[in-house]
Amino acid sequence: MSTTASYTADGAAPPAVEADELTHNFGATRALDGTTFAVERGEIFGLLGPNGAGKTTAIRILLTLLEPNGGKARVAGLDVTRHPIGVRRRVGWVPQDRTVDPLMTARENLTFAAGLYHLGTAAGRDRAAELLRLVDLDDDADRLARALSGGMRRRLELAMGLVHVPDVLFLDEPTLGLDITSRRRLWTYVREIQRTGTTILLTTHYLDEADALCDRVAIIHQGRIQAVDTPAELKRAFGRATVHARLPEPAPELAKRLGRHPHVHHIRVAGDVIELDTDATVPATGALVDECRAAGAAPLDLWTQRASLDDVFLTLTGQELHTDVESDSPEMT
Amino acid sequence: MSGTITSASGPGRLSGLGVVLWREHRAMLGRWIARLRREPLTIAALLAQPMIWLLLFGHLFAGMANTASVPGDSYVQFMTAGAVVMTIFNACLQGGVELLFDRETGLLSRMFAAPVHRISIVSSRFVYLVALTSAQSAIILFAAYLIGVRYATGLAGIAACLAIGAAFGAGVTSLSMVLAFSLRSHSQFFPITGFVGLPLTFVSSALVPVDLMPSWMRVLAGLNPMTHAIDGVRSLVLHGWRLDVLAATAGALLLFDLCCLALAAWVLRRKLP
Repeated sequence: MSTTASYTADGAAPPAVEADELTHNFGATRALDGTTFAVERGEIFGLLGPNGAGKTTAIRILLTLLEPNGGKARVAGLDVTRHPIGVRRRVGWVPQDRTVDPLMTARENLTFAAGLYHLGTAAGRDRAAELLRLVDLDDDADRLARALSGGMRRRLELAMGLVHVPDVLFLDEPTLGLDITSRRRLWTYVREIQRTGTTILLTTHYLDEADALCDRVAIIHQGRIQAVDTPAELKRAFGRATVHARLPEPAPELAKRLGRHPHVHHIRVAGDVIELDTDATVPATGALVDECRAAGAAPLDLWTQRASLDDVFLTLTGQELHTDVESDSPEMT
Repeated sequence: MSGTITSASGPGRLSGLGVVLWREHRAMLGRWIARLRREPLTIAALLAQPMIWLLLFGHLFAGMANTASVPGDSYVQFMTAGAVVMTIFNACLQGGVELLFDRETGLLSRMFAAPVHRISIVSSRFVYLVALTSAQSAIILFAAYLIGVRYATGLAGIAACLAIGAAFGAGVTSLSMVLAFSLRSHSQFFPITGFVGLPLTFVSSALVPVDLMPSWMRVLAGLNPMTHAIDGVRSLVLHGWRLDVLAATAGALLLFDLCCLALAAWVLRRKLP
């Protein structure tokens, strides 16, 4: 148990999830195109990408619901095509669909789920009570699910994925359609679940969710993993900070001179505001102030904006995450 | 590691499998019963529909039946077998749609991602429908008794009627499952079952003796498994233990069940992950 964090190449403690060159086609559409990633034990790992990027296909393969056309996948150390039953016993899944039965109470939904994982009557009842406490639904345990709010149902879905104490929990768009309060509340439960030693693989197209919740994030685009790292490191490596300066009057001629500076990558002039993208804010700011002063237009105002995962996504895929999400089209060109 | 697990589960494996299957069935059946309990309108319809067939149509057709030769003391006595089998037919024909709803909501995928045996998802539905339609049949037979229908074979005959109903219902349920796993949504399911249901009922011996049908229809009625189920039940109600009739019914229903189950097994094997 003490070696969970120190995975080594000799395979002493295999990752919780390994996807190795997975490919999958739906007719002529290539959903996965050599998808490769590994989720370490105990971490919250995010698959970030727009609709149609291949997130759901990857999850369905890892859940043994879909056979890959090519490549290998192991979950909790077991090959998904050779040991599907073993995988199913060790993983929990919270799909993005509404799978709670509205005609059963919260408690009945949980004991039903417990039966699907072969818990006996007493064990199922105890586990249901424990999970109702975990997601703060014990006061609403005996209300019909159809009478619960959207956020409460979502928490019930989450609890239903945990009845058998899975090694790995898959969360598919866990906060889709929830208001911000419910989302933040759900995040605290997800962190609590992580503290019990469960590995969590979640898919999301919410950048703030990936940023707030995930230890590591994989950016998936057109069925391929473009980058994997901590959100902070991704932002450092692929995102540029932006330095803004407001000048006493527009000075478009400054742009050319600033462009020669080694740390300045891109310059925009919008009226009396000049913006430059940089990988090192201090030298870039110094250069900006110096050049402005030399031109007799000392800046009135200076501010710096850090890169967001949105910028990382744009850098890596050439498209913005959210434009795609809103158009809801899987086959964006 | 996996070696020790296999050897440890070796001796107790069968009983272990039994426990597992029992828990899966209990979970699935518990859910359907919980759902049924909360749909009082459905329960009312389940009880009212056979009564309407028996009481309303029984009396409606009774006048016409006086001019023709219908076996039995009364038309209602003749029709009792038809009402029982029709009720089973309708309930089982719709019986797969719950799984289609579960497919649509995504709950079925959730079940498939669990270590549930695929057979339990299907067989628990059979158990549920057999129990439900047996209860309905018993109520119809009791209601018919109250309005004067007497049974030539007594309580043992009623048990035999329920067994024939279960054998017939199993085949119809299989066909319903085939639809539930083949169609895209329930908006296709109901038109198909609606289209099939009434003609099959009329081209059977449910309401009219086969002897009164035109010859071409008599051929179709002979191919209709419903006719065979009704003939068996009717013979038990009207005449007693006629082994030749019961053997013919058993043979026809066995053939029907084998065909339906084979078709269902083939479809499900292709559709289930």
